[in-house]
Amino acid sequence: MMHENSICFSNINQPESWKIENYMASGGYLQWKKILQGQPGDKARQKIVEIIKTSGLRGRGGAGFPTGLKWSFMPKTTEQKYLVCNSDESEPGTCHDREILKLNPHAVIEGMAIAGFAMDATVGYNYVRGEFIKDCYPIVEFALQEAYTHNLLGKNILGSGVNFDLYNFLGAGAYICGEETGLLESLEGKQGKPRFKPPFPAKFGVYGMPTTVNNTQTLASVPKIIEQGTEWYKSMGTDKSPGTNIFSVTGHVNKPGNYELPLGIPFADLLERAGGMLDNKKLKAVIPGGLSTKVLPGDVIADCTMDYESLASAGSALGTGAVVVIAEGTCMVELLKRSSRFYYVENCGQCTPCREGTGWLYRLLQKITQGKGQESDLTLLVDVANRIEGNTICAFGDAAAWPVQSFIEHYYSEFEYMINNHGKSIAA
Amino acid sequence: MSTENTETMELTETIKEKIDTWVAKFPVGKQRSAIIGSLHAVQEHNQGYLTPELMDAVADYLDLPCIYVYEVATFYSMFQTEPVGYNEIAICTNISCMLSGSDEIVHHVEDRLNIKLGETTKDGKIFLKKEEECLAACTGAPMMMVNHQYIENLNIEKVNEILDKLGQQK
Repeated sequence: MMHENSICFSNINQPESWKIENYMASGGYLQWKKILQGQPGDKARQKIVEIIKTSGLRGRGGAGFPTGLKWSFMPKTTEQKYLVCNSDESEPGTCHDREILKLNPHAVIEGMAIAGFAMDATVGYNYVRGEFIKDCYPIVEFALQEAYTHNLLGKNILGSGVNFDLYNFLGAGAYICGEETGLLESLEGKQGKPRFKPPFPAKFGVYGMPTTVNNTQTLASVPKIIEQGTEWYKSMGTDKSPGTNIFSVTGHVNKPGNYELPLGIPFADLLERAGGMLDNKKLKAVIPGGLSTKVLPGDVIADCTMDYESLASAGSALGTGAVVVIAEGTCMVELLKRSSRFYYVENCGQCTPCREGTGWLYRLLQKITQGKGQESDLTLLVDVANRIEGNTICAFGDAAAWPVQSFIEHYYSEFEYMINNHGKSIAA
Repeated sequence: MSTENTETMELTETIKEKIDTWVAKFPVGKQRSAIIGSLHAVQEHNQGYLTPELMDAVADYLDLPCIYVYEVATFYSMFQTEPVGYNEIAICTNISCMLSGSDEIVHHVEDRLNIKLGETTKDGKIFLKKEEECLAACTGAPMMMVNHQYIENLNIEKVNEILDKLGQQK
């Protein structure tokens, strides 16, 4: 039987799943209490890090870095350490963290408490996207107060001697703050301009102190993994991509939605879950992991399974698990232009190749859609993209370059047609 | 620290309380972290936009240089530094919404309000924000935010109902 909704979404079909009593009724906070009521010392911390390492959980924010390994980078010193949850969900096509925050906020809180304890970080911040101010932020705030009321957070929690204070933070609209060091700058009250790495946050994070930043889904997965054990977790997914992932399936499908399913599910099965293609149209292309991952033609993704290794070998990435489905009849030039406008407007302005290059990309694509394009513009587009890729402080530059490179690689003839036909789309 | 030759505006007690709540979340001396939260509070109480006087007042209250506040106010897209309409509409036009027909929604709203993205209606009621970011409600595409309430699965009828309601407001 296919495991569905077994981790972050395990309780979301219950009424008022966001309330603490309902979370507790389904076993919530038991793992946190067990840790507190055991012998909460260094041995216990180590044990948790080992469990997460063994589980093979990888960061769900897009990069897929092994979570347990990331936790083990935190120094074993007594200085103030911080844990930060990245709830600045804004990778285009991605909307599962918002759903976790709305329907299962206590899994995030419990996950943060456990992670904070494991790394001896006694203060946590949940950086929530600014636009969620009236949407899920009130729920997250409500849940936090509930956790405090039940003495599950704070000082000397349940008499254990363990301290963990958690605060919600609110951003104010900037895609770049989803980048972990941009986020830390923003948390310090500055413009969200990413920092050079190294030093990595584990050494120099918020206020210059050791900090770990994990994504919402990653942290919300922690309590269930500890409750059910690593064998159970690894029984789902593949060797290199254990466990489950929430796929945000959007675009030209009949049932867009967030589907929490084992990694390694064939793309065809995922598409079927999402109700199949809208209007029975033919599948043209898929952006498999958020706008920043490379587009794959329909016949390529058709043979893929949805995991880190399969999508990487196909030339793209699992990214945030935002699967954007594109049907035949869609103009790929217009789609790339929209993508490039986004990176042009949202770049932070810090690195020259990205600040200048994203403008070049957008203006060249505008020129082509206005019917003023030349064949040489396509070479120029790829050239500019190549000069951004790898030459910036953070991965935003790569994210701006990859759509351009992959759209032109796979759909060259559509760009060529538009250039030769005064801006007319082959898809129209 | 206020701008030279101008007297600093006094923030209301309600806003000061809200700012204090933000300051309390951070270590002593790290009140710079409270700028974003403070600006949210101030903007909400000033019909959706910030003025230099308000930004200076925030800097003064937090005991920070004004430039720290200006830097934040001009970097983040949710802060408006020019007067805008009382109600804010932000239509998502990013990838998933675009594939689900958001351009049609934008054209319809622009036509009905007789303004372009980034403009405010003449009666000052509606500010049509030029939204560049994906608003993370892609499974409900196309969608928009009206005063930061998420409204998903839009169609022209639904949009008309919302605009009618906003139009009737005094």
